[in-house]
Amino acid sequence: MKLLFAICLSLFSLSSFAVVNGHLYPFDNEVDKKRFDVLAEDLRCPKCQNQNLADSYAPVAGDMRDKVYELMIEGQSDDEIVTYLVDRYGDFVRYNPPVQENTFFLWFAPGVMAFIALIMIISLTRGRKESQPLSEEEKAKLAELQAARKQSVEKSEKQDS
Amino acid sequence: MNRTMLFVPLIIFVVMAIFLGSGIGREDKDVLPSPLIGKPFPQFILQQVETEKQLTQSDLQGKPMLVNVWATWCPTCKAEHEFLNTLAAEGVRIIGINYKDDDDEAKVWLRDYGNPYEFNISDPKGKLGLELGVYGAPETFFVDGDGIIRAKHVGDLNLRVWQKYKGVFEQMKTHIKGTDTEAADSKGIAPKGEAK
Repeated sequence: MKLLFAICLSLFSLSSFAVVNGHLYPFDNEVDKKRFDVLAEDLRCPKCQNQNLADSYAPVAGDMRDKVYELMIEGQSDDEIVTYLVDRYGDFVRYNPPVQENTFFLWFAPGVMAFIALIMIISLTRGRKESQPLSEEEKAKLAELQAARKQSVEKSEKQDS
Repeated sequence: MNRTMLFVPLIIFVVMAIFLGSGIGREDKDVLPSPLIGKPFPQFILQQVETEKQLTQSDLQGKPMLVNVWATWCPTCKAEHEFLNTLAAEGVRIIGINYKDDDDEAKVWLRDYGNPYEFNISDPKGKLGLELGVYGAPETFFVDGDGIIRAKHVGDLNLRVWQKYKGVFEQMKTHIKGTDTEAADSKGIAPKGEAK
């Protein structure tokens, strides 16, 4: 049963969705094949915006895969290839966008949110636990109230008897 | 303990709701900003659809123009075609890029539906399209007289869209008048331009 579950899970793993892997391109070594697969999964298809180049059937994704292959054969580095596509399609094609002015929110909002949540949790729980010791004035008042209560209890006991 | 702290989640919720809510109705959420704005039109050597003459980026200079990426397989291109005809009749210079298409089918289309283009660049493999960051036809680039891309519109051109870009296009026209090399050409469009 566990095995079946594992098989089902593996069927849904990301790489098994890829429509085009490096092996479809005639690379002469395993390293480049691997590089291609990584690039194709890190680059985003501009047409179908929630798929990467490896997953997408969109014609433009096919053209971009061909270009990635072409540039690799020309001997360009991964960075050069990513820059080439970013220069034409914009930062949108990167699934791992650079930290810059317009991506500040994207990068830092989760941290800020977590920080706010942490502060709230701390301040809320602290307020609950730490009861302040009574001041002299409050102690006096408490003693007074306790005495008054004792008296009233004794009084009512007498009346009952 | 401060009761005001209890309102923090509410405030965060309201801020997030406004922020996310404002994104929902946005018309241009599928439109990606082009990094090519302000850059020269990319280099290319391709044939003309009509005559098979060789064209390069230097053919895209002189008078400010729209460079329209279209194809016969693209239904939205059909939808905007009539509006392009209207613009051309008004004297707007339009260059076509026939994107990932067949030249013969393109010629038939132009014969049947009218030809608003000064000429058409044949880009059967989509190579020029890739240089331009095209991801879905129709797309229209606003190119000034020096061959610099000034704006890009993704989707069909229509009257409403044209109103939006008219300012950009007028600006491109005045820009060209200032340059000496295009003096002769700008005289050609002068009657309409100077009346304004």
